[in-house]
Amino acid sequence: MKNTVILGALTIAGLSAGAAAAGTLDDVKARGKLNCGVTTGLVGFAAPNASGEWEGFDVAVCRAVAAAVLGDATAVEFVPTTGKTRFTALASGEIDVLARNTTWTFSRDVDLKFEFTGVNYYDGQGFMVPKELGVSSAKELDGATVCIQTGTTTELNLADFFRSNNISYEPVPIETNAEAQQQYLAGACDVYTTDASGLAATRATFEAPDEHALLPEIISKEPLGPLVRHGDHEWGDVVRWTLNALISAEELGVTSANLAEMAAGTNNPEINRLLGTEGNLGEMLGLSADWGKNAIAAGGNYGEVFANNIGEATPIGLARGLNAQWTKGGLLYSPPFR
Amino acid sequence: MSDKKNNNPIAFVATSVIPESPPPAREAGVYKWVRENLFSNIPNSILTLVAIAVVYNVLSNTLPWILNGIWTTSSLTECREVLQGKTGACFSVLAERWAQLLYGFKYPEEEYWRPNLALILLFFALAPVLFFDLPRKLLGFTVIYPFLAFWLIWGGSILVPIVALLGFAVAAVVFQKLGKGSFAASFFGAIVAALVVWKVGGMLIPDNASETAMLAAVPSRDLGGFMLNMMLGVTCVSLSVPLGIALALGRQSSMPLIKWICVVFIEFVRGVPLITLLFVASVMLSYFFPPDATVDLFLRVVIMITLFSAAYIAEVIRGGLAALPKGQYEAADSLGLDYPQAMRLIILPQALKISIPGIVNVAVGLFKDTTLVSVISMFDLVGMIRGPVLASTEWNGVYWELLGFAAALFFVVCYGISQYSQWLERRLATGHR
Repeated sequence: MKNTVILGALTIAGLSAGAAAAGTLDDVKARGKLNCGVTTGLVGFAAPNASGEWEGFDVAVCRAVAAAVLGDATAVEFVPTTGKTRFTALASGEIDVLARNTTWTFSRDVDLKFEFTGVNYYDGQGFMVPKELGVSSAKELDGATVCIQTGTTTELNLADFFRSNNISYEPVPIETNAEAQQQYLAGACDVYTTDASGLAATRATFEAPDEHALLPEIISKEPLGPLVRHGDHEWGDVVRWTLNALISAEELGVTSANLAEMAAGTNNPEINRLLGTEGNLGEMLGLSADWGKNAIAAGGNYGEVFANNIGEATPIGLARGLNAQWTKGGLLYSPPFR
Repeated sequence: MSDKKNNNPIAFVATSVIPESPPPAREAGVYKWVRENLFSNIPNSILTLVAIAVVYNVLSNTLPWILNGIWTTSSLTECREVLQGKTGACFSVLAERWAQLLYGFKYPEEEYWRPNLALILLFFALAPVLFFDLPRKLLGFTVIYPFLAFWLIWGGSILVPIVALLGFAVAAVVFQKLGKGSFAASFFGAIVAALVVWKVGGMLIPDNASETAMLAAVPSRDLGGFMLNMMLGVTCVSLSVPLGIALALGRQSSMPLIKWICVVFIEFVRGVPLITLLFVASVMLSYFFPPDATVDLFLRVVIMITLFSAAYIAEVIRGGLAALPKGQYEAADSLGLDYPQAMRLIILPQALKISIPGIVNVAVGLFKDTTLVSVISMFDLVGMIRGPVLASTEWNGVYWELLGFAAALFFVVCYGISQYSQWLERRLATGHR
């Protein structure tokens, strides 16, 4: 403290390698806090509430990891990152894990040297139109003006979609979601296109949400998930299996309500392994035996986290859709805890 | 009396002063003012009517919106339920989140009095600098203020600011003592002395001092809101003016090394957008430091903004220096003054006076530029609005109210600065024209 404040600028402290090498897990344990990168604010996914506590769907991942590693869901230092600073923050070691609705793509995984540890939300690009337009499918949008955020993959997806369907459109380039909202409501464009979760959240803020419809077509794959630095596999495993624990918990029927009861021991060996009453999965990860129990206690299982932050009971009102368990027609499929 | 009057050969003589009558209606009062100022000729009348129509339009749209404003609901949806489709602002967001907008969302609530006190003391510290009719002794408080404000806002051990102050004090003493010799010797001697004091003092402060401190320590990461804009603005303006003066003088120096360093620095910084410098501060620098020993982000940003505005101020002051007649320089030389004396007594007072409008212009611009830090995920006023507040499920969709509030806060400060500079210009107008 004293040195960094007073002499900070003058002391060029040892210019040792910026990126922390292996051993993030040990670093986190020694620090007693998880540095988790989140967005500076996205409705339902991450935002501080009126009393300054971070909450949201991505925030829940951070809290679960902190609970699994440190046994304390509040031992998280949330580092807000923008779309431009998120990858450098992770690569430079400023944050241990980035949970910031980041799309898992080939180049980010391979070229930028990150490791995506799973998918916590399957998103995709959709369309929103006013109902009075009388359109029921995106293929009927020939000649429409489309509000589109510039410099994003959504722009490219849109061009591909219209070209492959042999119809034309006129783009209205905009910079931010807020601007898009105003332009769309002012009638500057017939259609607004971005990630379906974003569209739903945007529509929820309208004065008359019922007058706008989301079209059924989803024209891109946007798997969003937490990511860590390449090369630190022990740490990557911790984050991956924490997320899997939340997903498995829902599949196995473990909720925050019956957690204490289940943790006393059940007839289902997989639940026992997950909650640490059987086997030594925690030890293999380098964590305590009850890591899975702590992770689930932080915010409930995946289904509860979804319902509390972005589910149908919230103003955002997203349906589970692709994010349902594989047993219910969704894509969530956790490898077994064995 | 009446006889005399009748005898007078002249038909009519006024015997008393005609009582003063009011001027014709068209030459007085409101009517005259309106006729002369608003409807003096046809183009003027047309412009007046157009202006009235515009003003009416603006007011008829905004006034109901403001007057119907809702202050007490807890979300935008509730606002809309209360309004039932009528026009009306949803000021509830300001009522609920005002503290976050002013202090950021992490500054501890029970400590708000600390930045408040720092702000009040700021006026006392600035007063002797801005209004030089005040007694000079008040400057003593101005010198102490930065350390006091640091302690108030960041908290932690009081020893830290004391050691920092001590370092500067020792440096000043050394500078005075060695000042009789060469300027360079005293200058570098002072720097070395300050470094020694800081190093020794830093070792003397116990490591756990901040935990037991009187004021709880608040990390820079927790600062935010308009407080952050004010802190950045005040710090950077007050640091960049002296730096700008030094750069301007350096650029005119006859020593080639110093001259070229200054020229390259100024031209480089002026050729780079501020936002790139901020990205360098927030992103690139963290590659060069080990993860645990990074320089505080606030400090990095202050350095970058200061360097940026110092380059602009240097150019403004160079303009002031160039505007002085060469005779002033020669007069100073002929009086036998050495370089520091000539600059301090003859050149700079005149050059700075000429530069005031330009410097204020840079200061106002810099203050507004502090909102750029929101792009490197610092939660200043605009960052708070764009991030946490608009991303909350309750307030997503409230734009005009929040951004209008931000605009009002910035307007108050910037208008204040520009009014001060106009006063200063009048006060310093010692007659060159």
